[in-house]
Amino acid sequence: MITTAADGVKEVTPPLSDVDVESLKAGDRVRITGVIFTARDAAHGRLLPLIEAGRPLPFDVRGQIIYYTGPSPARPGEVVGSIGPTTGGRMDKFTPALLELGLKGTMGKGARSQPVKDAFMKFKGVYFGAIGGAGAVLSRFVRKVDIVAYEDLGTEAIRRIEVESFPAIVINDCHGGDLYQEGMTQYAR
Amino acid sequence: MREIHTSAIADAVKKLCIEANHGLEPDMLRAFDRALGTERSPAGRHVLQILKENAELAWTKKIPYCQDTGFVICFIELGQDVHVTGGSLSDAINEGVRQGYTEGYLRASIVRSPFDRVNTGDNTPAVIHMDVVPGATMKIMIMAKGGGCENRSKYKMLTPAEGVEGVKEWILECIRTAGPDACPPLIAGVGVGGTFEKAALLSKRALFRELGTPNPDAAMDALEQEVLGRANRLGIGPQGYGGDTTAFGIHILTYPCHITSLPVAVTIECHAHRHKEVTL
Repeated sequence: MITTAADGVKEVTPPLSDVDVESLKAGDRVRITGVIFTARDAAHGRLLPLIEAGRPLPFDVRGQIIYYTGPSPARPGEVVGSIGPTTGGRMDKFTPALLELGLKGTMGKGARSQPVKDAFMKFKGVYFGAIGGAGAVLSRFVRKVDIVAYEDLGTEAIRRIEVESFPAIVINDCHGGDLYQEGMTQYAR
Repeated sequence: MREIHTSAIADAVKKLCIEANHGLEPDMLRAFDRALGTERSPAGRHVLQILKENAELAWTKKIPYCQDTGFVICFIELGQDVHVTGGSLSDAINEGVRQGYTEGYLRASIVRSPFDRVNTGDNTPAVIHMDVVPGATMKIMIMAKGGGCENRSKYKMLTPAEGVEGVKEWILECIRTAGPDACPPLIAGVGVGGTFEKAALLSKRALFRELGTPNPDAAMDALEQEVLGRANRLGIGPQGYGGDTTAFGIHILTYPCHITSLPVAVTIECHAHRHKEVTL
């Protein structure tokens, strides 16, 4: 579900529908509340063979958001350590197949390939940018963390995290919008 | 001959690893403030403000500035009148890394083999570079080098005919292609000259110069300032959202080279430029 708050920021609550995704435009600021899932390089490497074999994944990706992150360990008494985004482009190889299964959102930092941008348009998906390096600040928006699968991967395990008002921005929308290209064009001198 | 025990070295490395990851050095914080004075983009200023807030929070809460607590790159300047006792110097450095990353709740990001990719669990081993220098002290410099920006570092062998113009274009090409992936505002460490491996090493070593200080070589300083100005007119901006602050600095180190060669290595460093040093 997506609503617009009084300050113009879009409140994003998974699961998301096609209509939800269509309402997002590159450059929109968002706050995400609810459950999202973490997965990065090694976890994606394990998901792909399952997808290719038509087997179920460790969690139902339909309508969900995957956050590309590998958090640092939590200090005693803390929910999580530092939890900023990793480079989304490294997951490009895997993303179209996940979007085809119904994944709606991906979140990371850095540019995506043209095939992934095309897949956002074809399957109605979106790429959110979280601020890279700001892992300490972002940890303040995480309420709960549980490991869903691949615990042996350590920081790369798939985690279910509950977030509240997690701040992000839309980088790539399902209409072909790309904040990185638009921003660079606007400020190049 | 002065003796330094390996336990003192391990303790020093442990402390450097933890402190580097929990806080940015003052040179970086000053760079955020300078950029806030010139950045035109509202999104860019917002990012810079959050990065400042992130640095303060990380330091007060003792949690890492960035969840990627990096590959420990360690430069040692070992006085030739120092005798290391109690074991191997490399083992002592790695013991410091192991203790620092485990006890400091820092992320283990290193895999034991590029092919089987099993995490070593304690962020060891470090990448260690040693120089023997005159004197009876040991200087330990560590950098917690993030992977996202490191992946955007590049090397190119230019021809001598391409000259200084070719070097400028190549540095700018590296920054342009790194774009938002490398978490700008970034710093480019540049090694020019030497050989293939020497240039790469210089590009890392160059990052230890305090940000905002001029290159001691006037001609290199002018070159750095020109390339920095051009980098900041690319429009990439903080986080790549568009803006005037794409780079905080260009740091160049040179070395003599062969009559046939003009090697140029560019290490890309993100705004989580965690560097710290101590002299024993």
